Amino acid sequence: MGSPIKPGRYFLSGNIASAEAAILAGCRFYAGYPITPSSDLMEHLARRFPQVGGILVQMEDEIGSIAAAIGAAWTGAKAMTATSGPGLSLMAENIGFAAMTETPLVIVDVMRGGPSTGQPTIASQGDVMQARWGSHGDYEIIALSPNSVQEYFDLTIKAFNLAEEYRVPVLVLSDAEIAHMVESIVVPEDVEVVYRETYPAGVRVPRPFEAKCDDCVPPFPVFGRGNKVHVTGLTHDERGYPDTVSPETHSRLVWRLVNKIRKNADRIADVEVLNPDADVLIVSYGIASRSVYAAVKAGRAGLFRPRVLWPFPERRFAEVVEGKKVAVVEMNTGQYFYEVERLALKHGAESVHLMPRLGGAHPKPREVVDFVGGLGGGA
Amino acid sequence: MEFFEFYRRERWPTIFCPGCGIGIVMNALYRALDELNVDLDKVVFVSGIGCTGRVPGYINADSLHTTHGRPLAYATGIKLANPDLDVVVISGDGDLGAIGGNHLIHAARRNVDMTVIAVTNFIYGLTGGQVSPTTPHKMLSTTTPYGNWEYPFSLALLVAASGANYVARWTTSHPYQLKNAIKEAFETPGFSFVEVLSQCPENFGRRNRIADPPTLMRWMRERTMPLKDVMEEVSSPLELVDLNITGRFAIGKFVRRKRKTHGQLLRGEEDSLESLRG
Repeated sequence: MGSPIKPGRYFLSGNIASAEAAILAGCRFYAGYPITPSSDLMEHLARRFPQVGGILVQMEDEIGSIAAAIGAAWTGAKAMTATSGPGLSLMAENIGFAAMTETPLVIVDVMRGGPSTGQPTIASQGDVMQARWGSHGDYEIIALSPNSVQEYFDLTIKAFNLAEEYRVPVLVLSDAEIAHMVESIVVPEDVEVVYRETYPAGVRVPRPFEAKCDDCVPPFPVFGRGNKVHVTGLTHDERGYPDTVSPETHSRLVWRLVNKIRKNADRIADVEVLNPDADVLIVSYGIASRSVYAAVKAGRAGLFRPRVLWPFPERRFAEVVEGKKVAVVEMNTGQYFYEVERLALKHGAESVHLMPRLGGAHPKPREVVDFVGGLGGGA
Repeated sequence: MEFFEFYRRERWPTIFCPGCGIGIVMNALYRALDELNVDLDKVVFVSGIGCTGRVPGYINADSLHTTHGRPLAYATGIKLANPDLDVVVISGDGDLGAIGGNHLIHAARRNVDMTVIAVTNFIYGLTGGQVSPTTPHKMLSTTTPYGNWEYPFSLALLVAASGANYVARWTTSHPYQLKNAIKEAFETPGFSFVEVLSQCPENFGRRNRIADPPTLMRWMRERTMPLKDVMEEVSSPLELVDLNITGRFAIGKFVRRKRKTHGQLLRGEEDSLESLRG
């Protein structure tokens, strides 16, 4: 029997690092479907899972993949799937199911150029809004955004921890470049690993979806322990039983699902902030943010880089954005920009500007320096 | 086990229409698992969307009412992640055969160890009577108001051809055989599939002028033919499809094989020529 990756320094590609992080975080179930640029994550787990007691199955499509992962999660397993944009689109309905049924689940979305089949091997940040709003109805998920192999590793572990704590699907939004670049990473000695709170075995749980407060997370009833839980994507009461016509039942349930994330947004937030006193504040994340450090280090701009994209770290943003010219640098037509602009103006920013890049073209460090220079960001 | 130890008393009455065949299926399921002395704490009931999809919510056990068409994929994850659990899927012909058709053939191909009860009522009942993949040719539905111009699937034959270890088909007027088939399916390792032809008086019967439940049950029963009698008329089992679409339903045990299950293969057990032949 093998073991999870040992502490130390490694030279790994992003998808391999994420797969190893999943094992270290306690993930022992993976269901997936091949799709560029995510497939090597599944291939690595296919080699590694038999060594650590994990189960991997390649399903007939992405819908079946996320379904199998959710099914496995209800037996108590930490479960995961990985995909790219087209696959995430197919998973959308079941992401809503996982949100509605409060199923802990990690989805790695290795973003590529879209819409449709688009640019399969080319990095983009085009799934930022799909990750947030991809399924129908009102719900909240958590989405993380790494900008290095080290962060891909760290945030994959964090994704499992958040999924367990909040009983919610957590997306890790990497991209074709973070996934395949090879960098030096450090696996630390002490890694915090969280396990969901469960009900004791042998106890019938009459109200398994009853939480201690209206934005709290109830304990998890594991299938096969006699808790006798009914799990449904229908609007359900605290017993788990369908109640599909009562405005009160629906409101109570959906507000709790939403508020358990929204009201804990400050606790979930994870942001890198640099040079907060500069006149221009760059907002960037993931692979695009690698190009903004030249401008930041030259003192021409500050940086607000969320590692947690959703929920939006509004309080942290409000602390630094007042009076600033905000420049959003991202690899899409301006998806995160929508939310940044709304909240920047709400919290007193002077103006909000977008520097978008499409098609795999990176914002070049020099272009970012020029862009912030054009906004008055001088050394 | 009393009836209301198996079913959740507090959820009675059910949503099913008067005369619906699902009650007969629920009774057969209860009696089968009661006679097998099954520990309900070790069984998970899974369903998709539709009238039949509501059944697990009435059972006094862990149950997962999933998205439309996906119960077999969810069930595959449950069985793989905890092989100690028995998994029973109960869902309708539209859920399993149309939107979930891909999962059906692949779960049968993998021979995932689970018992599937497919309630075929020839119609989408819960959405109000649209044509389904089992609606017989020329019969009426809300989306084929001039008659179904397509031909239906024989789900039992499809699943048998896809590699399941056990396939049987009965109607709701064969409750005893149905109960025994569910028992045999539950006890057979691998993918077991029991298709039940079941009356939907409200949405299938009414539109086709056979709304009276006993009449509709007789309508189904009169069109059945034991599989062994059918086999005497055909030169190859593949011709069964044609018999099915001409309006005669083969009933009985279609197949019982001894193929290694998905889990056994995962654990390194190998099929022999004998086990593959069944």
